[in-house]
Amino acid sequence: MTVLLDKARQRQTRVTGVALIALGVLIAVFFAPDATGSATFRLSRPTDVWPVPNLVVPGGPFIYVVSALLAFLGARQFLSGAAKWSALSLGIGLAIAVAAFLVWATAGKSFSLTGMLQASIVRAVPIALGGLAGVLSERVAVVNIGIEGMLLAGAFTGALVGSLAGGVAGLAAAVAVGGVFGFVLAALVVTYRMDQIIAGVFINLFVLGLTSYISSQVFQEYRALNNAPVFRTIEVPFLSDIPVIGPVFFNQNIFVYGAFILAGLATYYLFHTRHGLRARAVGEHPRAADTLGINVYRTRYINVTVAGMVAGFGGAWFTLGSVGRFDEGMTGGRGYIGLAAMIFGRWHPVGALLAALVFGFADSLQQKLALLRTPIPSEFLAMAPYVATIVVVAGVVGRARAPAADGKPYVKE
Amino acid sequence: MQVELKNITKRFGSVVANKGVNLTIRPGEVLGLLGENGAGKSTLMNVLCGLYSPTEGEIVVDGTPVRFDGPGDAIRAGIGMVHQHFMLIPVFTVAENVVLGVEPVGRFDHLDLEKARAQVRRLSEEYGLAVDADALVETLPVGVQQRVEIIKVLFREADVLILDEPTAVLTPQEVDEFFQIVRSLCDAGKAIVFITHKLNEILEISDRISVIRRGEIVGSGDPKKLTRPDLAEMMVGHPVDFNVERAPFDPGEVILDVSDLTVLHDDGAVAVDHLSLQIRSGEVVGIAGVQGNGQSALIETLAGLRPPAGGKVLFEGADITTASPRARHRMGIAHIPEDRQAAGLIGSFTVAENMVLDSYYSARFSNRGSIDWGRVNAAATTATQDYDVRTPSIHATAGHLSGGNQQKLIVARELSRDTRLVIAGQPTRGLDVGSIAYIHARLMAARDEGDGILIVSSELDEILSVSDRILVMFKGRIVAEYEPNKAPVDKGTIGLAMAGAAP
Repeated sequence: MTVLLDKARQRQTRVTGVALIALGVLIAVFFAPDATGSATFRLSRPTDVWPVPNLVVPGGPFIYVVSALLAFLGARQFLSGAAKWSALSLGIGLAIAVAAFLVWATAGKSFSLTGMLQASIVRAVPIALGGLAGVLSERVAVVNIGIEGMLLAGAFTGALVGSLAGGVAGLAAAVAVGGVFGFVLAALVVTYRMDQIIAGVFINLFVLGLTSYISSQVFQEYRALNNAPVFRTIEVPFLSDIPVIGPVFFNQNIFVYGAFILAGLATYYLFHTRHGLRARAVGEHPRAADTLGINVYRTRYINVTVAGMVAGFGGAWFTLGSVGRFDEGMTGGRGYIGLAAMIFGRWHPVGALLAALVFGFADSLQQKLALLRTPIPSEFLAMAPYVATIVVVAGVVGRARAPAADGKPYVKE
Repeated sequence: MQVELKNITKRFGSVVANKGVNLTIRPGEVLGLLGENGAGKSTLMNVLCGLYSPTEGEIVVDGTPVRFDGPGDAIRAGIGMVHQHFMLIPVFTVAENVVLGVEPVGRFDHLDLEKARAQVRRLSEEYGLAVDADALVETLPVGVQQRVEIIKVLFREADVLILDEPTAVLTPQEVDEFFQIVRSLCDAGKAIVFITHKLNEILEISDRISVIRRGEIVGSGDPKKLTRPDLAEMMVGHPVDFNVERAPFDPGEVILDVSDLTVLHDDGAVAVDHLSLQIRSGEVVGIAGVQGNGQSALIETLAGLRPPAGGKVLFEGADITTASPRARHRMGIAHIPEDRQAAGLIGSFTVAENMVLDSYYSARFSNRGSIDWGRVNAAATTATQDYDVRTPSIHATAGHLSGGNQQKLIVARELSRDTRLVIAGQPTRGLDVGSIAYIHARLMAARDEGDGILIVSSELDEILSVSDRILVMFKGRIVAEYEPNKAPVDKGTIGLAMAGAAP
């Protein structure tokens, strides 16, 4: 159809092919000789209702198979120039490369795969909720850099109110405070047309400063104020007995269930309801929405406030869902990673959730690998999964399109 | 449903946009509202559709005075507007766009898209507006998008349809189709307000005409009794001479010689297909054709903005096939781009800055690498006066000028130097009668001084009124050539050639 585009696509496919072959060679050269013995992946605990035998993978052969497979995928890409399967090949290639890496690291040892997956999900929760908050506000064209601050505010409030009045009250307060910051952001950018990035950064710095001050000045003195109960895991009857899937998905705390349910609800809201259609219209073409009698400002206020509430809920995970106490700056940039998850997830709630799971997996992978004592320095281990994620996203997801009016204030005529 | 505007006045601060306007809109009738850009047509209609509230006066619907606090109120009262710049969400489907704001819903606020589709289909059948309810709007041609806008208004059960400059974005064929749609809406008992500044169109479609100038209704009448000069005089306030004055046709030597030129679109498709043409000194060559037949690519190539895939361009004997835009500019080639806002000027720059965009680096304005603003301002002041650019100041941003003044600014920049060849793409698109006449006069003056002029326009009337020689472009080739000086040219024949029928 189009000569020039085809050429560009062909070149991209070739590059993908070469990259896959190179990856295959690297794995064969560096990993295979070291991988003596078998890697044992434990899939269930002896106490489980239906125990599943361990997954035992012979190290060397598996790695050779993977590198052969990578070389095959790469060669196919390079020779055929079939752009159609390029993204899929790259995705599969990277996934099996990660598997080979895991086998190499585990060779001769044993390792709880289920445990790692369970941890992946837990670690994905704040990122997923941050990403979801991002989706809700960017779909109405408000860029929400302030998610990091909203998470932190939720974590702090959860710990404080949780210590005083119990977990449920703490959670409710965290959601409410998140909503307040969402409302403040909406007021700043919608009513006062402040620059959206600056307004978000303001929220982040304000919350960081305030919570750090209180935690170092007050919590040090009155430790009872920072000793909140933690939400226990809830086993879903029957479902939690399914091997592997059960412990990973159905034996978690309310934050995990909440993230999944909220992603589903947000999808229904945005894509299957009247108000979702209107919200998206406001994010794409606010003037058009206005001429049809849709209140652009009110829509933005509501969505950004709800986004703040979701972020507040996500923030409570740090304290009420995990350690029960607040530490300075304990969100550690999860809000920003959540925004990355939103973009990688193409501004779709489920996409953001899946992207967050990839990040969560990366996070827990590096932790477990550090325990296995591989020869690679831990700093590099910590880095590698993120690098892989970026490659996957750049190669597999491709160019995503933000809502057309994203970041632009709307001025009524 | 009959709507009356009674004594409507709308002020923005101290600016009076509409003053004591009275209008009656009747069912089954097309009311043509004629006025130049900036005359207050759009403001008046925004008052009617609830976007603005009038400073004074009232809107009376079927005898009852009403008050609109927003577009929603006007829509509920049965007044719908098709905006000049479409109010469609590109990434939504046709059905989603149509129902937005008045969506059919089931339980839990669930959007009933099946019902929406059915309703779109019913309306498109009822009024003969063919559209695919599931198509994404961004994939549709402009003419079809306009149908979606109309369906949108009909879906809201509007009895009064306001069409703001609806033909500005349409090709001649699409205009014909569009007029049929307007007539069928009228037959169905809808009241139509047709806003335009195009005299031919308003005479063709209206049942009644009202002319607005400087915010006031200055005349009304029956299109059967009015003529173009009558309307033009009412519109601009003084008699308008439609005949472009020029010296007798006496072409000199060949200035531009294009041979076997082939140009590709960005996507690799052929835009200009082995095209050859010559332009002589003192000659206006008009290229007629429906938009999208390679005219834009031809102009871009001649201006040096798009590399040709094959062929040769000679300018006064020198090969300029691969010359840079600046080199061409220095040789005396002036370029008035098709899209004045995207390529002609920088909206956020001032009038003075825009005036020297092409020459800021020259010794005239630059002194050892720094711009001498004193000289720039002096030159800009002279040029704005010479070319009748109406701007509050040379330091006002160009984006705030009206279309006509923006175009005059570009013409001033391009022609206020020694030129040999002028390449003008759609030089008068969307302009008011006064500006059109002015720009034509300037181009003719350049011709009379011995420049070669190439004008591309999708408005056949414009081509006919200015050209010494007419070329018709179809699918990247010149398919017909006419010389009005030798034999009278029939509009119908050109129209057929534009549609690709072999002459």
